[in-house]
Amino acid sequence: MTALIEIESVSKRFVKRVDLAGKIANMLGAHNREQIVRAVDDVTLTIRQGEVLGLVGESGCGKSTLGRMVAGIMQTSAGRILYEGRAREDGVASTQVADALAVQMIFQDPMASLNPRMRIEDIIGEAPVVHGLVDAAGKRDYVAGMMRKVGLDPSVMGRFPHQFSGGQRARIGIARALAVKPKVLVCDEAVAALDVSIQAQVLNLFMDLRAEMNLTYLFVSHDLSVIRHIADRVAVMYLGRIVETADTDALFEAPAHPYTRALLDEVPRIDMRKKRFAVLKGEVPSPLNPPSGCHFHPRCPRMEEICKTGRPPLLAVGPGHEAACLFPQTGGALPEPMSQ
Amino acid sequence: MSAPILSIHDLKVEFGTRQGVVKAVDGVSLNVYRGEVLGLVGESGSGKSVTGLSILGLIDPPGRIASGSIKLEGTELIGLPEDELRRLRGERMAMIFQDPMTTLNPVLRIDTQMIETIRAHENVSERAARSRAEEALKRVGIPSPAERLLTYPHQLSGGMRQRVAIAIALLMSPALLVADEPTTALDVTIQSQIIAEVQQLCSETGTALIWITHDLAVVAGLADRIAVMYAGRIVEEGDVDPVLDHPRHPYTYGLLGSAPSNNRRGEKLAQIPGMTPSLANLPSGCAFAPRCAFAQGDCSTAPPTLTHDGSRAWRCFHPVPDREDVR
Ligand SMILES: Nc1ncnc2c1ncn2[C@@H]1O[C@H](COP(=O)(O)OP(=O)(O)O)[C@@H](O)[C@H]1O
Ligand SMILES: Nc1ncnc2c1ncn2[C@@H]1O[C@H](COP(=O)(O)OP(=O)(O)O)[C@@H](O)[C@H]1O
Ligand code: SF4
Ligand SMILES: [Mg+2]
Ligand SMILES: [Mg+2]
Repeated sequence: MTALIEIESVSKRFVKRVDLAGKIANMLGAHNREQIVRAVDDVTLTIRQGEVLGLVGESGCGKSTLGRMVAGIMQTSAGRILYEGRAREDGVASTQVADALAVQMIFQDPMASLNPRMRIEDIIGEAPVVHGLVDAAGKRDYVAGMMRKVGLDPSVMGRFPHQFSGGQRARIGIARALAVKPKVLVCDEAVAALDVSIQAQVLNLFMDLRAEMNLTYLFVSHDLSVIRHIADRVAVMYLGRIVETADTDALFEAPAHPYTRALLDEVPRIDMRKKRFAVLKGEVPSPLNPPSGCHFHPRCPRMEEICKTGRPPLLAVGPGHEAACLFPQTGGALPEPMSQ
Repeated sequence: MSAPILSIHDLKVEFGTRQGVVKAVDGVSLNVYRGEVLGLVGESGSGKSVTGLSILGLIDPPGRIASGSIKLEGTELIGLPEDELRRLRGERMAMIFQDPMTTLNPVLRIDTQMIETIRAHENVSERAARSRAEEALKRVGIPSPAERLLTYPHQLSGGMRQRVAIAIALLMSPALLVADEPTTALDVTIQSQIIAEVQQLCSETGTALIWITHDLAVVAGLADRIAVMYAGRIVEEGDVDPVLDHPRHPYTYGLLGSAPSNNRRGEKLAQIPGMTPSLANLPSGCAFAPRCAFAQGDCSTAPPTLTHDGSRAWRCFHPVPDREDVR
């Protein structure tokens, strides 16, 4: 498969300014300074034409930030993101617009991302008219077509977002993104707020649309069972860095990075009864002050002195399988989860 | 088997709203025994939290307990004077919430909150209370507890705050702990640590635990027994293995079928059509009938009664055939 999106050494830094409490403390002699968060720290990753790439990791590890940069709604601090081999800024004007529309983002909370004072017809139809994908006269038909595609009844296009259930609002958000004919959807926790039975409906919709419209997905989620179900390939993030990438089966059956292993061990499963919880100790350290060397070393069961010094590079541990660990687990399948 | 710690009989809780009377809990009966973990599961709005809050006597207007009985260690809680209830809360029963700030006071230091709690129930010196508090923080896995005692809640991470709330809830070794989605907002590794600690503490003290969640996988790993709620009623209840391996109620069956982990990768998920009904105007028969693949004409005439079979029970006219596998 060919690369559709190439993320090349991309970083994102946020400056965390001194807040009011900190400023007052400073007047009393404290030394609070501006701090830098490396939300995304030199990430290189390829999204292939037609695949679903799952991006997992615990909250604050930089998934949303990376997703936003891929969708072009946030600037990179360093590095670049190529779409079909072109950087956003170096296309001619016409390809720039097309490239920008080609990647659309779908958010977790549809309510927060849908304008409460706009009718569904305009929420879905506004952008395609502005971008000349359809003329004003054809808008209603176009919107009706989009609504049918996501399983909504077009007769309700005159209503406002609050008149819909959570699952329906998720569909509206998807229809809005699809209306500009994107090639790639970046889904950021797109099913996280939905009840299980509704989540299943929306996940099925994503899979139908993929086949029907030849879409490529960057599917961001903290939920490993959702990722395992929907992704072809998975990238695992920890404190701003990708620590492992592999085909989904390889990642879940033979994880190489100690963090991935620990994460998989902790996921509750319906088929696991009287589980022994908590294998991994401690919390994710603050991204303001990440540990030296391998960011995972303070929590890692395989840690050696050398792990505290350099950043471990992402190296091949199997076909299509890379891990950023000096002592990766290779060859072995995941041991059967411990039971009491 | 000995007498249950908690015994709920035919509990009905209503909310007066502009859309009419919402029957949030509509005839729930439950027993929970010493040292037992009961998983109370269901999708949002099914009445899980209202059930939990009713036990603790925390239903406020426009809500009211319309009828039923809730007995804790033999004492009827419904109608008990507020000061009696307050004494029982904390001493014999406690609740933790998804947002630990529901129980933590943001403007008081952790030590103040914990010492006050201990001294409200027991006549002990401040020093003794402080060392009890420190010990309690240590037991829920909080590193350097003596220092943490001197902090305010907002100085702690979400996971640490939830641990503090748990430590406070378990200070008096209550007979019953109601945990309402306490790990839903937390990452899996933190969720796992917290479940491990609650599990351990409850088994040490014999505290019975009601763990409320929408996540069947959490309940599978934690609970002895499971009760599935839909639209204010318990539709299936029993030991974890039979209920999760061979559910008899079509809703339980549907929920399990729609869980990604119960499906093969990339295949279509089994889905329950439609959405949860509005509790203000429920269908007259089984509330699940409009979404149910097994429904027949009689399902929408009267609500189904409970069918018992050994250690389990369900509320359905046309249950899923016995031994039907979910996967
Ligand atoms: N706009 C912002 N300003 C400052 N810091 C931010 C901003 N957005 C994200 N961060 C920080 O960057 C890190 C990564 O955040 P995010 O990408 O949202 O993680 P995730 O989606 O994996 O939970 C976090 O430490 C977060 O606090
Ligand atoms: N304060 C309230 N006022 C009106 N209705 C309420 C109130 N609290 C809960 N309800 C209703 O009771 C039902 C059950 O709510 P709840 O127990 O919170 O559900 P769950 O915890 O299962 O998500 C819901 O339909 C909700 O609308
Ligand atoms: S590099 Fe070292 S510390 Fe990091 S995950 Fe591998 S073994 Fe553990
Ligand atoms: Mg995020
Ligand atoms: Mg609730």
